[in-house]
Amino acid sequence: MTVPVLELDNVTKIYPVPQGMFKPRAMLTAVGGVSLTVARGEVHALVGESGSGKSTLAKMLLGLTKPTAGEIRIDGVPIAQTDRREVARRIQPVFQDPYSSLNPRKSVADLIALPLVAHGIGTSASRQKKVAEMLDAVGLPRRMIDAYPGQMSGGQRQRVAIARALVMQPDVLICDEPTSALDVSVQAQILNLLMDLKREFKLTYFFISHNLAVVEHLADRVAVMYLGRIVEERGREALFTQASHPYSRALLDCVLTPDPSLGMPDTVIAGSFPNPIAPPPGCAFHPRCPRATDRCHAEAPGSLPVADGVAACHYAS
Amino acid sequence: MPLLDVDHLTIEIPTEAGLLHAVNGVSFTLERGETLAIVGESGSGKSLTSLALMDLLPSRAVRKARSMRFDGIDLMAAGRREMEDLRGDRMAMIFQEPMTSLNPAYTVGDQLTEALRRHRPVSRAEARDRAVHLLERVGITAAASRLGQYPHQLSGGLRQRVMIAMGLMCEPDLIIADEPTTALDVTIQAQILMLLRDIQREFGMGLILVTHDLGVVARVATKVAVMYAGRLIETGPVEAVFGAPSHPYTQGLLRAIPVPGRTRPGEPLGTIPGQVPNLIGPLAGCAFRNRCDRATEACAAAIPERDLGPGHRMACVLDPVAVPA
Repeated sequence: MTVPVLELDNVTKIYPVPQGMFKPRAMLTAVGGVSLTVARGEVHALVGESGSGKSTLAKMLLGLTKPTAGEIRIDGVPIAQTDRREVARRIQPVFQDPYSSLNPRKSVADLIALPLVAHGIGTSASRQKKVAEMLDAVGLPRRMIDAYPGQMSGGQRQRVAIARALVMQPDVLICDEPTSALDVSVQAQILNLLMDLKREFKLTYFFISHNLAVVEHLADRVAVMYLGRIVEERGREALFTQASHPYSRALLDCVLTPDPSLGMPDTVIAGSFPNPIAPPPGCAFHPRCPRATDRCHAEAPGSLPVADGVAACHYAS
Repeated sequence: MPLLDVDHLTIEIPTEAGLLHAVNGVSFTLERGETLAIVGESGSGKSLTSLALMDLLPSRAVRKARSMRFDGIDLMAAGRREMEDLRGDRMAMIFQEPMTSLNPAYTVGDQLTEALRRHRPVSRAEARDRAVHLLERVGITAAASRLGQYPHQLSGGLRQRVMIAMGLMCEPDLIIADEPTTALDVTIQAQILMLLRDIQREFGMGLILVTHDLGVVARVATKVAVMYAGRLIETGPVEAVFGAPSHPYTQGLLRAIPVPGRTRPGEPLGTIPGQVPNLIGPLAGCAFRNRCDRATEACAAAIPERDLGPGHRMACVLDPVAVPA
């Protein structure tokens, strides 16, 4: 059996939150016991709403913050035992907002070459050549090599951000909402580009998004996160046709496809996120769940096997 | 008489490089009880159009129109005082980011009651009662206790509900919502959209929804106006425009979004090549022709509007070609 490129084993991140002077600090569990396996060449999507812990998980994968407990492994080797530079070479990010993730005072050539310079790879001439190759790969004209971010459109900037991520020849791209700041027609171009690059460079994507239509389009597997925990993890087909967790189903109901005959969904789940400092007892989703029973109030569900995945619900099967 | 009748609205912005034609001859009507979605990408002029209705354009923008009437009132002739009396009273606006449009230094209660007391001779207690009533109506629990809170103490979904409640304080005839759910999570987005729809039906208001989200348009609007480069390129009942999208740009937009069950996972999405034209200086002919794969010489001349069906119009010289769904 091949070793998965990314493994998360019971990964937990707890932040202490000041409650005010003379009061003990509260503990906020941003990510609680997340276990995931990402196979090489796969697009593994992570969906969830703001505050669900998606971005904290992304930060830990990028080595920007350490898990409080649990272990992240790349090719079977724990990140904690790997040199930070090595992690950065293997795993690269593409962020949501190309307006704020690119330094406006650097030219495109400098921006794309920055990771090479930081890692001391190549000579000035070889880096220049590499930058030109990257521009070709992401579909930017070579004349843009001296342009600045301010002279570019949102889609072009996101292409620069992708080129910068790819220049280190990483194994995994962590894409954190890579198209949600872009217009519809530009989003399609970037999604097409990401799919092309994945084939060309044999990449693995960890794709964080709240747009389920986009996730359905490009993910192989999907993890649904709620209040720091994975509530369901399925193959794409299984999740989109037979989601088991009530929260996954609620999210799917909220996908507004452009079909006027459907109107708004009949029911949407009420309420919003509970306070993560004092999460509800039992299943964290039970206050919003239409099917909650006494058992859900009392007992947190474990991961139960369902077709092509797992779901954390007492009534999953 | 329609609630809102806009005839040939034009917005020009002088820049150092020349005159920017941000909105170019936009016409539409809105009846009470209708929801019109103005849809377009960044720079299409959709937000400026909605601001022009409220006379809230940046000061250097020049607004022109053959006529622009709200319930018979000539908005082009209305003075500053008259507009101030209309805004918040009979026309209300809900913005995308409630954090920047709510005043952080005043409590929710202050801001809600001010909206009413500015326009109506009501007592503080009466205004407070109405604020509590509306906060409950928009689905905020423990409404009375929220009045003393400041905007930063509320979540994004709650802030947007407060904005909606504030817009409803005077029971306006027209609500303009500019991307009201773009900054919100999907479950909250669905809650807010259903709330807007229910309230609109209940009060019989006209609703203008400015958005880039075609899914939201299809599910909420009764009429849709597609904008491109400052022009309306296709308008019509939502069933007609989504059932038989006819302008090449509308067709391109619909092909570019992944739709579960329709697009095949992993297959390339449709794209629209090229970029929006520069709107500075004169622009003759169809603004979309440099990106249109069906463009002909005729597209460089003036583009007439043509009827495609009841209320369904487009600005394109080409005969519509049905797109396979």
